[in-house]
Amino acid sequence: MAGIYIHPENISDFEKVKNLCPFGAIEVSPDGTIQINSGCRVCKVCVKNGEPGAFEYREDVISATDKSEWQGIAVLGEFLPSGEYHPVVFELLGKARELADKVGFRVSLVLIGNEIPAVPDRLWSQGADQVFVYDAPLLKFFDARLYADVVEDFALKQKPSVILVGGTPAGRSLAPRIAARLHTGLTADCTELDIQPNSDLDQIRPAFGGNIMAHIRTPYHRPQLATVRYKIFSPVQPDDSRNGEWTYCDLPEGLFASMKHIASNEKQKVQNIEDSDILIVAGRGFKKKEDLILARQLADELGGELACTRPLIEAGWLEPRRQVGLSGRTVKPRLLIACGVSGSVQFAAGMKSSEMILSINNDPHAAINQIANYSFIGDLYQIIPALLNFIKNGREK
Amino acid sequence: MNIIVCIKQVPGTTQVEIDEKTGVMKRDTGSAKMNPYDLYAIETALRIKEKLIDVQTTAITMGPPQSEAVLREAYMLGIDHGILLTDRKFGGADCLATAYTLSQAILKIGLPDLIICGKQTTDGDTAQVGSELAEFLGLPHIACVLKINSITNQSLEGIMDLGDFTQTVELTFPCLITVDKDICEPRLPSYRKKIATRDRPIQTLTFSDLPDQNPVHYGLDGSATRVMRVFPPVHHKQNQILEGTPDTLASEISKILIKMKVL
Repeated sequence: MAGIYIHPENISDFEKVKNLCPFGAIEVSPDGTIQINSGCRVCKVCVKNGEPGAFEYREDVISATDKSEWQGIAVLGEFLPSGEYHPVVFELLGKARELADKVGFRVSLVLIGNEIPAVPDRLWSQGADQVFVYDAPLLKFFDARLYADVVEDFALKQKPSVILVGGTPAGRSLAPRIAARLHTGLTADCTELDIQPNSDLDQIRPAFGGNIMAHIRTPYHRPQLATVRYKIFSPVQPDDSRNGEWTYCDLPEGLFASMKHIASNEKQKVQNIEDSDILIVAGRGFKKKEDLILARQLADELGGELACTRPLIEAGWLEPRRQVGLSGRTVKPRLLIACGVSGSVQFAAGMKSSEMILSINNDPHAAINQIANYSFIGDLYQIIPALLNFIKNGREK
Repeated sequence: MNIIVCIKQVPGTTQVEIDEKTGVMKRDTGSAKMNPYDLYAIETALRIKEKLIDVQTTAITMGPPQSEAVLREAYMLGIDHGILLTDRKFGGADCLATAYTLSQAILKIGLPDLIICGKQTTDGDTAQVGSELAEFLGLPHIACVLKINSITNQSLEGIMDLGDFTQTVELTFPCLITVDKDICEPRLPSYRKKIATRDRPIQTLTFSDLPDQNPVHYGLDGSATRVMRVFPPVHHKQNQILEGTPDTLASEISKILIKMKVL
């Protein structure tokens, strides 16, 4: 059986051994016997950091797919309710192109839906070599089992080595079904991808709340599936000289919907500051309530939400649900811009895991400067209008 | 009507860190708790039980023997039966092998009308096991359900979250749903129920109880993915302090925003 094997004769300190495992999977009984319980994630930290020879990793390859039969990189397309391509598709095409060029693969795009807009030139210029289209009224609405039937048909006919799926709600619901159907590996929310000469996909993803990164491979199975969230990768520079093949595929036989569609509705804009990717946080640097319009404009321009510190709530300038901090909401946006925020401990506790923190504050010694990735020292009443101008001019260009 | 709720015990904290110099992991070895999203799955099941007649609810968890604690908690909330799926042979399972093992256990105890899972766990964060389980059982499924509009003994109408929009669909039983936090407010465990269910047995299933007796379909052998290594993330916390005219600073800010693809 593959797994971690223990050699107690090579262990001198049994107390230390227990703490070796980040998942608490090493159990030491009072009588000194050591066991690995089912909490083991096979991260091999015990093999690497334990005493020499104490832990051994064994792998028995039971059956491995012939990798040479599986060639190419496929991207699964997705459409917005408006019928347009979801932008993540072009980001995945860009990454697929880069990986494919490393190992001499072709890039294919699979499109599933109804009345799919044919924009071949755009797809070729952004990296696709082939497009496989499954277009039928039956496929109009997202249905995970039905779509998995279609992807299975594509995968078994075209045999791609890799299938990349957008980490959208639909992609995250569909990809696991495909993985289980084809009995292969799937890595969720990859933040980096690379490919080995033998076509093994190197997948990096955050594990355990982002404090640990894991490097994952699917070494014996094909295709290799990965999902990638929107805005992780970049599209390639369009190359208009590129060309490709556009193929309409027949639907596999006996296809039927697994659910009855009743309605599709647009959602109201996010209201909770915890759910927003981008937060503009106003602090005491704002002199009066009316001035918050600056922060609000910035939030609107960047597609984010307006939030604030506790004093502004106490002053009654904003609703309590907009308060960031220990006594308010804990937030972890991709981008947080603190405007006129000093950075108290209670505030920091509620936002310090934000991915990118920018601060605009006139005090070069403010505590926020210790937390922010970038601190811009100056008057927010001058910097924000200048920034709004930049954004406006950039858009006009 | 029978409902199975899949639940999981997760570490009490997600603050697992690696010391960059020594490579040693630092963690809080202390508490373990029920995956917070599972509370919404349990609540959804309990509300269905309150609404329809003759509903039996079963919670199932896979993990080390101490995972029994989350089944006890499920009892305190009002779940009728608990099943602990545990075996050394299940260790090292990735999502694929976990979902397969769960599907075997569900086949063993009998396919219910409805399976409810939390949207994801806070330790793995993959949100994959629910959908893979549905596939192994051949059931239709919807993920991230925001609301169940109506439910009968034959079918349910639910709203699934698809990002910028929602899709309302009707599914006929048997089926599987994964629920999001918006679906309902979970109740608190009841002390009265705790006392009342103190002696209620928990059924344990091990490898030898499952229909598929091929050990290579479970645990690490049954997993398609391999963790090559784990390592600390690279921190980009530069704590850079920039000074200058408002225009210079605004231009620097917009450069960062462009790099982040916000602009």
